[in-house]
Amino acid sequence: MAFLEVKDYRKSFGENEVLKGISFSLEKGEVLAIIGSSGGGKTTLLRCLNFLEIPETGELWLGGTKLFDASEKKQNTDAQIREKRLHFGLVFQQFNLFPQYTVFKNITLAQTLLAKADFRQKKADFAKVLRAAPKEERKKLREEQKKVLSEIRAGQKRAIEEKALSLLERVGLSEKRNAYPYELSGGQQQRVAIARALALSPDILCFDEPTSALDPELTGEVLKVIKGLKSADSTMIVVTHEMEFARSVADHVIFMADGVIEEEGTPEEVFGAPSSEKTKAFLQKTENTDF
Amino acid sequence: MTIGQVTLELLTGFGTTCLLFALTLLLSLPIGLLLSLASMSRFRPLKVVVRVFIWIIRGTPLMLQIIIIFYGPGLLHMSISWPSRAFAAVVAFVINYSCYFAVIYRGGFESVPRGQYEAGQVLGMKKHQIFFHVVIFQVFRHILPPMSNEVITLVKDTSLAQVISVGEIIFVAQNIMNNIYVIYPLFYAGVFYLVFCGILTLLFGWLEKKTKFYRV
Ligand SMILES: Nc1ncnc2c1ncn2[C@@H]1O[C@H](COP(=O)(O)OP(=O)(O)OP(=O)(O)O)[C@@H](O)[C@H]1O
Ligand SMILES: [Mg+2]
Repeated sequence: MAFLEVKDYRKSFGENEVLKGISFSLEKGEVLAIIGSSGGGKTTLLRCLNFLEIPETGELWLGGTKLFDASEKKQNTDAQIREKRLHFGLVFQQFNLFPQYTVFKNITLAQTLLAKADFRQKKADFAKVLRAAPKEERKKLREEQKKVLSEIRAGQKRAIEEKALSLLERVGLSEKRNAYPYELSGGQQQRVAIARALALSPDILCFDEPTSALDPELTGEVLKVIKGLKSADSTMIVVTHEMEFARSVADHVIFMADGVIEEEGTPEEVFGAPSSEKTKAFLQKTENTDF
Repeated sequence: MTIGQVTLELLTGFGTTCLLFALTLLLSLPIGLLLSLASMSRFRPLKVVVRVFIWIIRGTPLMLQIIIIFYGPGLLHMSISWPSRAFAAVVAFVINYSCYFAVIYRGGFESVPRGQYEAGQVLGMKKHQIFFHVVIFQVFRHILPPMSNEVITLVKDTSLAQVISVGEIIFVAQNIMNNIYVIYPLFYAGVFYLVFCGILTLLFGWLEKKTKFYRV
């Protein structure tokens, strides 16, 4: 079984069936590029993978275990969906950085909140232990716990900061850590958004046309960063209109049209020798607009 | 009556004005927030009821509302009676201003792009975390200008309480005028308002500057 298996995802908006049974799989460390014409359902698919939309049918398997099953409504409560989300990251076309926070805070916010929840849990556990302890030992125990807790907190803080700094370096924005999003170019903002998504170490990172909102001269820097992320343990799904990029980075390409996977294969297969008429027409069109 | 005595009486009236203002603000800011959340509720009946209520309150004069709230219970032979006239006035103000604030809050919430909520969601944040760590500040910044307008209007609207004989500053000034046949207490009362609103304007200006550290 592959690392990620999506089985028969279907999603409608009212009468309009946008995903008409999408199934695909992806190995760990692979990059999947999804191409296709406008309105084909690419964004909807990514949103379903990140549980911003919940598909009506379908299953999702990750690392050999079933993460999501649309038919098991009871296991899809808000809290559970939130847990599942942490396996995925999403980089939006419009960046969606938090404008009131600095670059650094944008990257660390979610992690800090998770760490705080962790810490509260630890504290509650400790309090339980304390109550169970015999009276005469409590004072000593309390002191010890206090020390451990403050070490935990400091450790959390350090880990989060170090991670953020190393991510900033990776996207080439170390010197911008205290800047606000409005002070950055679109390309820089998108790189921050990538770092923010990476901060939670998702199993699979999704990109929805990460360069579509950028001026042509800024797309290069973002694509370069994404290319640089490619490694044995980072699995990525990239929806893109940049055919050259898809061809050079992807291990696997899916062409989507009207809510179905029209064609899939290696870049050589899809770009070199497409079998479906729709794929051919689409590739021809994009080639023409490229020049 | 010496000017000192007039000042003293006006100050008493102004005290009542400030009390009406402060109590109304203190209560209608949170109640307005609740109303605005209800007016955006996904539970349709609640949303409709709240929106109709807001429409009625915003569509009728505040003075009428004060009169109805003060005299209404008695005329309907209800057994409640207001502990004081000022109390009834505050109730009317709170209802009225909560509705105006609700609309302002709603505008603020709607100004926050969906992408902000979604960015929070994909980062695994809980609903209340998104609300408190992402959305609320952007709402606050967005609503400051209309809020400052509304708050300054409230300062002057408190004078409507005189229709049920609450001794706020204009009421007092008119009494003095009628007793000693001079008009200056009215102008004098106006100065109190001017100073009060001036201070509020400065305060809001400062707040706006403080929150304008980023652009969108
Ligand atoms: N929230 C929604 N409510 C109703 N219809 C929607 C919604 N989101 C998407 N759709 C519809 O679903 C279809 C697929 O949209 P989607 O955004 O997934 O396409 P796409 O492949 O990402 O297109 P593009 O290349 O233009 O980004 C469109 O017809 C769109 O109108
Ligand atoms: Mg799209």
